[in-house]
Amino acid sequence: MANNDSSKPIVDFAAIKENLGSEYKMVQVLDGSAKVVNQEVFDSFSDEQLVDFMKKMVWERALHEQTMSFSRQGRLGFYAPTAGEEASEMGSVSAFEPQDFLFPAYRDLPQLIQHGGSVEKGFLWSRGHVKGNQYDPKYRAWMPQIIIGAQFVEAAGAALGIKKNGENNVAFVYTGDGGTSQGDTYEGLNFAGAFQAPLVAIIQNNGFAISVPRKKQTAATTLAQKAVAAGMPSVQVDGMDILAVYSVAKAAREYAAAGNGPVLIETLTYRYGAHSSAGDDPSRYRTKEEEKPWHDNDPLIRLRKVLEDKGLWSDQQESDYVDECKTQFKADLKAADAEPKQTNVEMLKNTFEVPTPNIKAQIAEFEAKESK
Amino acid sequence: MATKTYIQAITDGLDQVLSDDDKTLIFGEDVGKNGGVFRTTQGLQDKYGEDRVFDTPLAESGILGLAMGLAATGWRPLPEIQFMGFTFEAVDSIAGQMSRTRFRFGGEKNMPITIRTPFGGGTHTAEMHSDNLESFFTDVPGLRVVTPSNPYDAKGLIISAVENNDPVLFMENLKLYRSMKAEVPDDKYTVPLDTAKVVREGTDITVVAYSAEVNEALKVADKLAKENISVEVIDLVSLSPIDTDTIFKSIDKTHHVVMVQEAQRMAGVGATVVSDIAENDILSLDAPIGRVAAPDSIYPFALAEDDWIPDAAEIEAKVREILTY
Repeated sequence: MANNDSSKPIVDFAAIKENLGSEYKMVQVLDGSAKVVNQEVFDSFSDEQLVDFMKKMVWERALHEQTMSFSRQGRLGFYAPTAGEEASEMGSVSAFEPQDFLFPAYRDLPQLIQHGGSVEKGFLWSRGHVKGNQYDPKYRAWMPQIIIGAQFVEAAGAALGIKKNGENNVAFVYTGDGGTSQGDTYEGLNFAGAFQAPLVAIIQNNGFAISVPRKKQTAATTLAQKAVAAGMPSVQVDGMDILAVYSVAKAAREYAAAGNGPVLIETLTYRYGAHSSAGDDPSRYRTKEEEKPWHDNDPLIRLRKVLEDKGLWSDQQESDYVDECKTQFKADLKAADAEPKQTNVEMLKNTFEVPTPNIKAQIAEFEAKESK
Repeated sequence: MATKTYIQAITDGLDQVLSDDDKTLIFGEDVGKNGGVFRTTQGLQDKYGEDRVFDTPLAESGILGLAMGLAATGWRPLPEIQFMGFTFEAVDSIAGQMSRTRFRFGGEKNMPITIRTPFGGGTHTAEMHSDNLESFFTDVPGLRVVTPSNPYDAKGLIISAVENNDPVLFMENLKLYRSMKAEVPDDKYTVPLDTAKVVREGTDITVVAYSAEVNEALKVADKLAKENISVEVIDLVSLSPIDTDTIFKSIDKTHHVVMVQEAQRMAGVGATVVSDIAENDILSLDAPIGRVAAPDSIYPFALAEDDWIPDAAEIEAKVREILTY
C-alpha cells in the first residue's frame, strides 16, 4: 500500500484560504500623512474641486456636531452620527449624477441631502415626520433604509429599471460592514450581476455594527470580495481619503453606466461617535487607544494639509464656513419646527391610493378625534 | 366565450395586461422559457419577449425587492413567487418594504405590484408547497390580499389587481388550477378587488368561504337544497379588506352563519370575519356563529392532508348544528 503522507492533497484548502482576498490592495491618492501617492489622479483635480471637497467635508462635520447638539437638547429624534466618515460619504456621493437613483441606509443622510434633498427634510426624517420623506418628485432617492440589506434588492431593481428605460444613469446604494451579512445584500448583488444592471454598491466599512467589530461579522479578509461570488468587480479604497473615494466612485459609475454591469466599492473608514444618538456608548466595546489611529487618520486633516500647502484654505476660512453652516442648520431646524403637525388621518389616507372600506371608516373616526 | 380551466383563465388575464400596458413585466423563477412550473405563464415570453417576461435568480426576497426597484423606475411588475410557502423568505420585502412605501412617502409614491403565488392543499405536494399563509399577509397594512374561487373571477381579478396602484397579493389555488373549468369571456372584463360575491342565494343560513372552500360550500348548498334547506354562499374574494357589508346583509336575512376556511383556526381570516359579525351584527343571529377551519397544527404531510383539510362533510355537519341550535 502506498504511503499517502507525503503526496500532494487533491485540493490545498489551506492555501486557497490563505489567498482569499489577497488581490485587494487599498486604493489611495493621498496617504495618511497627506503625501500624494498617485500623482496622475491628484493632478486631475482642479483647485476649485479640492476646495469643494473640503467644504463638503467641513459641512458634514458641522452637521454632525450640530445634530449631536440638537439631539442632546431633545430637538431631534433618531440620528446616526457620521463624524469620521466624511471622505467616504462626500467623496462617493459627489461622483454621481443628479438622475442617478440613490438608496441610502440610516447613516447616509448627508449623501441624501447632497444628492438633492435638504437638511430641513433630514431633520424632519429624524423626528419621524412624513414630510422628511417627501422630496421633489424629480429627485431620485429612496428614504434611508432601516432594515439594512433591503435597499440592496430594491437598488438592483431600480438599476434593472434604469437599464430597461434605456437611460445612461445608475442606481447607487449604501450599507455598512454589518449590512454585508444580510442575505438581502447578497441577493441584491447577485441580481444586479445576473441582469448586468448598472448598480454601484458602496460598503462603508466603519469597523463596527453597533458594538460588533468587523472581524466578528465575517471570516472574509475584505468585504470587497463579497462581490466576487456575484460576478462583480470590486475594489477596496481608503475611506479617509476623499480624493481616492471620489475617483474610485466616479470610475465605478462610468463603468456601470456604460453597460458593463454592477460594481462594488468597500471604503475603509471609521465611526468616531456612537452608533446613534439614542444612548449607545462606544466605551463599552472599544478603547480610546484603538480609536486614536483613526483620529490621526482624519479625512479633514488630510485634505486640509494639501489645501494649506497650496494656499487654498485657512483656519479662518474653515471657522467662517463652519459658522455659516451652523447658522443655516439652525434656520433649517426652525423651518422643520414650522412644519404642521402630521395626523393619523393623513397616514390612514396614505395607506392605499383609494382607501378601503375599513380604512374609510377609520378616517372618519380619526377626523373626529384629531380635529379636537 | 370558451370553457377554460382556472389556470388558463389566469394566463388569459396575464396576456391581457401585458398587451394593455407595455410597462407590465412578469418575472420569477421558471416563468420564462418554461412558462412557470404550472404553465401559468405559458407562451407569454414568446409573445412579449424576454424583456417583458423573464426568469430571475432563485431568491424570493430578491424577486420582490427587484419588483420595488422596477416600480420605482416606472414599471408595473407582476412577480411570481413559485409557492406561497416560499414567501417566508420575502416577508420583509412584502410587509416591511413594499406595503409601507406609499405610507412612508406620504402618498407620493405608489407600488403598483401584483404578487402572484399558488397556495392551498389537496394536491399531495412536498412540504412548504401547500400552506395557507393568507393571515400572515392580511395583517399587513397597505397590502391587498385577494383570491379567486373560479376561472371567471380569476381572469377578471388578476386584471383588476394589475390595474390597481397598490401592492396586491394574488393567491392562486393549486387544487383548482386544473380541476375547475368554467365559461370565461374572451374579452377584457374586471372583477372588483374589494367586493365579496353572493355565489348562491339562500334564506336559511349563510356560509362564508373563500378559494377552494367556496366550492365545498356550494356542494353543501346543493345537497341541502334537496331537503328544502336554503343555503346562501358568500365568496369573500378579498381577504384584505373584507367586505363585511355583503356578509351583514346576508345574515340580516338568514339569521345563521358558518365561517369556513382551509387555513388553521388560530387568528386569521375566519376569526376576523367572526369578530366583525359579533361586533356589528350579533343581534341578527338566532344561533351561535359556526366555524369550520383546519386544526392548529402545521400543514400536514401529504399522506395525511385529506383528513386535515375541511371538506363538504364538515361544512354540512356544522350547518346542521347551527340550524338546529
